[in-house]
Amino acid sequence: MLRLITRRLIFAVVTLWVVSIVVFSAIELLPGDACQAFLGQMAQGKRLENCRVEHDLNAPAYARYSKWAIGLASGDLGKSIKRSKPLEEIIGPRFRNTVILGLTAALVGIPLAIVLGALAALYRDRRADLWISFIAIFCMTVPEFIIGTLLISFFSVWLGWLPGIVIMRADAPLLDVLSKIVLPVMTLTLVMVAHIMRMVRTSMIDVLASDFVMMSQLKGVSRLRQVVMHALPNALLPTINLIALNIAWLMGGVLVVEVVFNYPGIGRLSVNAISDRDFPLVQAIALLMASLYVALNLIADLLALVLNPKLRTRGAKV
Amino acid sequence: MSSAPAMLKGVMATRSGKIGVVLVGFHLLLALMSPWLVPYDFAAQTALVDHAGPSLAHWAGLDTLGRDVLTRTMLGGREALLVTIFGTGLAVVWGSFFGVLAGYLGGRIDELIMRSVDIFLAIPWMIFLLLVIASFGNAPIVMILTLGFFYGIGVVRMARAATLEVVVKDYVLAAKARGESPLSIMMTEILPNVRDVLMVESAMRWSWMLLAFSALSFLGFGVTPPTPDWGLMIANSRIYLALAPWPVLMPMIALSSLIIGINLTADALAKSLGVDKTTRALV
Amino acid sequence: MTGSLLSIENLSIGFTGLNDQPIFIVRDVNLTLAAGETLGLVGESGCGKSSLLLAMMGYYKQGLGRLRGGIAYDGQDPGLVSSQQLQALRGGGMALIPQNAGQALTPTLRIKAQMVEVLRLHSDLAPGAWHARCLALFERVKLPDPEEMLERYPHELSGGQQQRVAIAMALAGEPDLLLLDEPTTGLDVTTQVGVLSLLQEICRDLNTAMVYVSHDIQVISQVCNQIAIMYAGEIVEMGPRADLLNQPVHPYTQGLLASIPRLDQQTLPHPIAGEMLQPVHRGSNVGCGYAGRCALATDQCREIAPLAQPIADRWVKCHEVTAARAGEFIRPAQKLLAPNLSDSELLAVEDLSVRYQAPTWLQSLRGQQPPAIVRAVSFGIRKGEIKGLVGESGSGKSTILKTIAGLQPSLSGRITLSGTDDLAGPVESRPRRCLRKVQLVFQNPDASLNPRKTTGEILRRPLELYFDLGPGVMDEEVDALLQRVNLPESYKGRFPGQLSGGEKQRVAIARALAAKPELILCDEITSALDVSVQAAILKLLLDLRADSGVSLLFVSHDLAVVETLCDSVLVLEGGEVREAGSCAEVFKNPQHAYTQALLASVL
Repeated sequence: MLRLITRRLIFAVVTLWVVSIVVFSAIELLPGDACQAFLGQMAQGKRLENCRVEHDLNAPAYARYSKWAIGLASGDLGKSIKRSKPLEEIIGPRFRNTVILGLTAALVGIPLAIVLGALAALYRDRRADLWISFIAIFCMTVPEFIIGTLLISFFSVWLGWLPGIVIMRADAPLLDVLSKIVLPVMTLTLVMVAHIMRMVRTSMIDVLASDFVMMSQLKGVSRLRQVVMHALPNALLPTINLIALNIAWLMGGVLVVEVVFNYPGIGRLSVNAISDRDFPLVQAIALLMASLYVALNLIADLLALVLNPKLRTRGAKV
Repeated sequence: MSSAPAMLKGVMATRSGKIGVVLVGFHLLLALMSPWLVPYDFAAQTALVDHAGPSLAHWAGLDTLGRDVLTRTMLGGREALLVTIFGTGLAVVWGSFFGVLAGYLGGRIDELIMRSVDIFLAIPWMIFLLLVIASFGNAPIVMILTLGFFYGIGVVRMARAATLEVVVKDYVLAAKARGESPLSIMMTEILPNVRDVLMVESAMRWSWMLLAFSALSFLGFGVTPPTPDWGLMIANSRIYLALAPWPVLMPMIALSSLIIGINLTADALAKSLGVDKTTRALV
Repeated sequence: MTGSLLSIENLSIGFTGLNDQPIFIVRDVNLTLAAGETLGLVGESGCGKSSLLLAMMGYYKQGLGRLRGGIAYDGQDPGLVSSQQLQALRGGGMALIPQNAGQALTPTLRIKAQMVEVLRLHSDLAPGAWHARCLALFERVKLPDPEEMLERYPHELSGGQQQRVAIAMALAGEPDLLLLDEPTTGLDVTTQVGVLSLLQEICRDLNTAMVYVSHDIQVISQVCNQIAIMYAGEIVEMGPRADLLNQPVHPYTQGLLASIPRLDQQTLPHPIAGEMLQPVHRGSNVGCGYAGRCALATDQCREIAPLAQPIADRWVKCHEVTAARAGEFIRPAQKLLAPNLSDSELLAVEDLSVRYQAPTWLQSLRGQQPPAIVRAVSFGIRKGEIKGLVGESGSGKSTILKTIAGLQPSLSGRITLSGTDDLAGPVESRPRRCLRKVQLVFQNPDASLNPRKTTGEILRRPLELYFDLGPGVMDEEVDALLQRVNLPESYKGRFPGQLSGGEKQRVAIARALAAKPELILCDEITSALDVSVQAAILKLLLDLRADSGVSLLFVSHDLAVVETLCDSVLVLEGGEVREAGSCAEVFKNPQHAYTQALLASVL
């Protein structure tokens, strides 16, 4: 068990290291260096040279990479080309906002998805399942920006209950943030619930057909207990990792949601950074999001380890 | 075992499958024929009456710039379909190749492929897509290659999982014992038996790639104006939604109906092929 | 129907198919069971025995339901009572002991939690007494170290222990009726004997009534006083154990008993021709369900369903009772004496050791070795010899087979074919000429044929690989192969999904024959088949040997099958040879204690 955990930890670190190389070299491979890209038409003569000197672009790639990597390890994200503030100050509050958004959506969405998935499986092919599955297909297939737009027009334009777009400073206090994220959270949640619910449903259908659920029923156990004690834990175990992977994949959607609602998070920041060709900023954000992904999967791995008696107990095979 | 017509028949056996096939077929036909069917030039502006509602001349009204919304909607899916069909094809081909290879060979090669997949999954794909497009432009070939690459990563995982279920079967062992070459085993014993799962998953992935493409064009990275595209049309007109719903609603309906159609078809296909137990995870 | 604990009247189970036509899994079953009585339901796979058993608890598998008829347990119909009453009945009045306890225990709950669940629902004990009661139950079923067992998870128990836990769990609610669904299938023979004697003991001491479902009439006869024979959804004969075993009346019962290989018999097991009627056809069939396979069937049998008629203490559903009792229709062949084998050795295995994993770097650093699965095994097979390899699970018998086939690398030792060909290396390193000579047939015919290929394509592949034949010759060759395994030529176009289990296994054998091998490796090739089909496959193998002089290495856990088929035998335990010799010697006069124990476990 301890060996398993160490292995996962080591792999997480290695992943981040490789990702940092990939991110760095991808940006290296793009036509022109960061200064040329940023300055565009004006990239010539003194101006370009100054920029290159300021951002240390004349050093060879490996030297710049090691400098960047060492900086990252000590919490220094680097220097923006366009913005004068240190990257930590630009990214910090926005990163917090994105985490708040994602976390709230996950806290609302995951339990909801599990309940709906279990219900759909229990009432498989009957009316409740058909409705849940139909709505899920709708939420999965309609793009986030359409759902977001529809929610805005319904709740803020038509009903006038909620603000349509988020107007706040990136470093607004936590309470302020929370009061403004209802619609973005709702959009994210709908998509996430739809995906996770389908996974839970499939896994639950498998488990409900298993011998041990039948056995619990034939022991006279009530339906609720059959589902909660016998079926659900066994249905969720194999989905934990899958859920983490998919949430991470759905993080791409966060970017769109933040743009739709004008929400000051790193998603929108990254779009702006790319539009500005501020490559150091893009680099930093990409690595930050990769860390988020790695952390999420690490948590899921550990959770699966802790919850699965087959991995946790004696005789566990590595 | 099942040929293409037999598969279509299986899909058409359910009501939702029928709806799906009709929707997808309609969109494909429209994409092929629309240049000859549209009533107006997609860039022509009727300057006098912007934001006009539906009229006899302009059935779906005009947009902010006074362009015909119906024309633009009819044309707005062509690039999306072009990019995603080829992109999905690319993703499925390279993804299944490595997935089947990893699943069949196992051991070190499997470890190497899957660890690489894990690492590539950690890369924020959306940011990368935007970066590539920002640097190399949004020509269809660029989009196809990048989307095809990132979506293929999920296919590797899925194809490997499907292969792992097949390799343990005795008929694969029998082929090995007979002295068949690995290539022949993969082609004749494994591929035919993972084909159904691959097809259903590819259909699902096609719809997800459409989602990604439309998100890109919503962000302004997909197509270059004035080329009509649903995502871009929505992005440009959504702030006027309360004022003029048509320029937003038309592309919304078009895009959603296509993606829902693909999903319904994929679901019906899965049911008729008996592979509806696959988890259909995104990655 | 007073005095009976359980009575079933005209019960039919099934589902409604296309055009509202009923599809019968179980059809018009009548039976009664008094308190304390033990009834065994015997039948081959697909006969509806498990569906009948579960229906007694008011449970129907997905999609199935009761089509007509009534069930009464203690005067109540489990299909009509409220869900509270049903919950009290299940586990309280009657309890199920499932087929595969390993899968019937919830993997995420400790054994204790699952035991206590029953006690809370079905006993009056105070929560404080639960623990002691669990321990008492575990001692009752002779589980070692009960305290420790309670804290474990299901996967930490051996197969036999899991089954004992399932029995303890069933006893926890103090039921009046125990329902057993093949509780010993999948256990090793020596474990099976232990569980069966426990069940006998429980019957005797607790006077609990039992319905015991199994495909194995010998297992049933260990535990049950009454035996009912099921065929194609119906009970065709039912009566006291001794009557039924000694003087079976129904042609199917006779056929079933004659098809079972036995250690002490001089005759070969006699197969029943044909296939069981599938559920889809049971509805439209107006006559006797067995008429299609019955040697005595008349027009009457095909047109009118026979009614149950009493004979002394039992009853039989058959029109031709007189003819059946004469019993002339089954004439089993005499066992052949082993042919005079030439002295030339075909395969020589010397000092073979195999292990699954190479040592990890950590192990090699510490100088450790992972345990070997097979240790220093040596034996030889002569031309035309059939050699049996017997042992329980984990004895390494299949591993040896895979190593000879080149699918599992060996650690040390030599394998030589015809004195010259070296088989020590894996498949990839063997020349094609060498590969052709050794062919493999697998246990499970469902998994050994590619479902996407037709029978013709499956048989053609080895021909293409090993021989240079023209297309016309190829087709003839395929037809000849089908003929050799007694399948019609029309089967060429069929996919494996369209064949029955026995037919698939014949195709698998034909695929091996296509290579014109000198040695066929058979890995438990009859154990997934019904006995009546198994008998036919055994006969086929003997015929093939007689015709072509091919040698067979036959791996099996079933000693009676090995005794029937093989010339010589090798007894394995824990990867080592315990005893070797000719079948006659080893089975008549076993020398090693393990062989004796194995033979004592044969029912």
